[in-house]
Amino acid sequence: MRLAILGAGDVGRSVADLAGEYDHEVVALADSTSAVVDPDGIAVDDILERKAGGETLGTASPDDVFDTDYDVLVEATPTTLGDAEPGFTHVKRALEADRHVVLANKGPVAERYEELRALEADSAGSIRFEATVGGAIPVLSTIEDCTPQAVTAVRGVLNGTANFILTRMAAEGLDYEHVLGEAQDLGVAEADPTFDVDGTDAALKFVILANVLADGGFSLADATVEGIQSIPGSALDLAAEDGRTIRLIGEATRDGVRVGPRLVPENGALAVTGTRNIVQIETRHAGSLHSSGRGAGGPETATAVLSDVGRLPPL
Amino acid sequence: MGNAPESGDEADPDAETDGGLRAYTVRLELVDEPGELLRALAPIADNGGNLLSIHHERGNITPRGHIPVEVDLECPPDRFDDVVEGLRDAGVNIIQAGAEHYGEAVSVVLVGNLVETDLSNTLSRIEDEADAVVQDLSLAAPEGTNGISSARARLAIDSGRSGDVLAAIRSIGTDKDLTVVEPLLGGEA
Repeated sequence: MRLAILGAGDVGRSVADLAGEYDHEVVALADSTSAVVDPDGIAVDDILERKAGGETLGTASPDDVFDTDYDVLVEATPTTLGDAEPGFTHVKRALEADRHVVLANKGPVAERYEELRALEADSAGSIRFEATVGGAIPVLSTIEDCTPQAVTAVRGVLNGTANFILTRMAAEGLDYEHVLGEAQDLGVAEADPTFDVDGTDAALKFVILANVLADGGFSLADATVEGIQSIPGSALDLAAEDGRTIRLIGEATRDGVRVGPRLVPENGALAVTGTRNIVQIETRHAGSLHSSGRGAGGPETATAVLSDVGRLPPL
Repeated sequence: MGNAPESGDEADPDAETDGGLRAYTVRLELVDEPGELLRALAPIADNGGNLLSIHHERGNITPRGHIPVEVDLECPPDRFDDVVEGLRDAGVNIIQAGAEHYGEAVSVVLVGNLVETDLSNTLSRIEDEADAVVQDLSLAAPEGTNGISSARARLAIDSGRSGDVLAAIRSIGTDKDLTVVEPLLGGEA
């Protein structure tokens, strides 16, 4: 497949970097200011080196990407809330041109799911978005394999930063502010960690899961979301006395989405440590399935994008 | 974790009524004669009660020279009167009957200005509004009583009511500006 990649952050660059291994060709790569386009395939290594050196990607404008001949648009621009722009318009343009779209950007799938599905219905192309939930962990494809109707709920930890902070607080008896500072020094938490610690990032993922289970109907506004900022070290100590710990747990069912700090058994499956993520897929006929792994990171998320590309039908 | 068999979520559909099941404790006194215990238990099952446990205090004698027996049972609330009546009809002496026994326990952690917001009032509201019994409480106030503190409460509740109980505690938490860390119910955590 010929890939046109929008977004040259960690994920976009890793998709470009790994595409060759998956036998795909990158014909365009764009960030918010410039683009490089070549119908015969761009020289990925040179361009990534240039970008790393602080230079622009190329001389083309990001808009030129849509005029090139590609099969799959990879939407890896930063997640935005509300109208989910410009990501949504990118997806719309590609579908209207009868191209496939693979998203790593959570915004359009969480906030405007029904509109995306309506555009897809009128297009020869289709959309896939495994990379929006749980990074490298195959969550959506597992649900697809079980068939969404047979899945009654999805629960789990889908934010590595919040999980890291809670793990460290419990292990070291430290308070939130202290551990957050440490996480920022380690690069585990961003300079502005708001969306990770207030539950928004996890909520977007569980909204997407609820949309998949119920075939739409949810956006971030429908989710009940609580963060971990108000959890002191003493709460984790008390939980530990009872053989439990606190994790930022999300739950998605057909009835709704809830994300918040919850008590879970200290040695239970959901009490993953560090930045690790886990999902528990509760099925009607087969009990619970657990998948755990790296929920973020450039190459990790890129593997989910490229697996999605591999699942697309030929155009 | 591991391969432990799942505990089925659905109760026996025949035993379930609209009101759900409730746990009750009945204290009886029996004459110390062979067959008395069996005779006393039959009316419970006959009236739709499900025996949970029987504590037969052979070493104790009531002031009247009888043997006290404590029976825990579960039944739909509208059947409990029938159970009691059935026991009385059978000539069994009932010392005490009531919904004093609870079928499940859940733990919650509360975080906030627990002392300033009157912890004892918070706990009595939980008992009244959530219909739970606080069995155990641990408090951690590393910043002193004027700062943010945490409390873990272990609550005894009726079987199958954890969803309602937690919703009631959640709304008390909202009222008093406390963070309620609930247990994760459902699934195999």
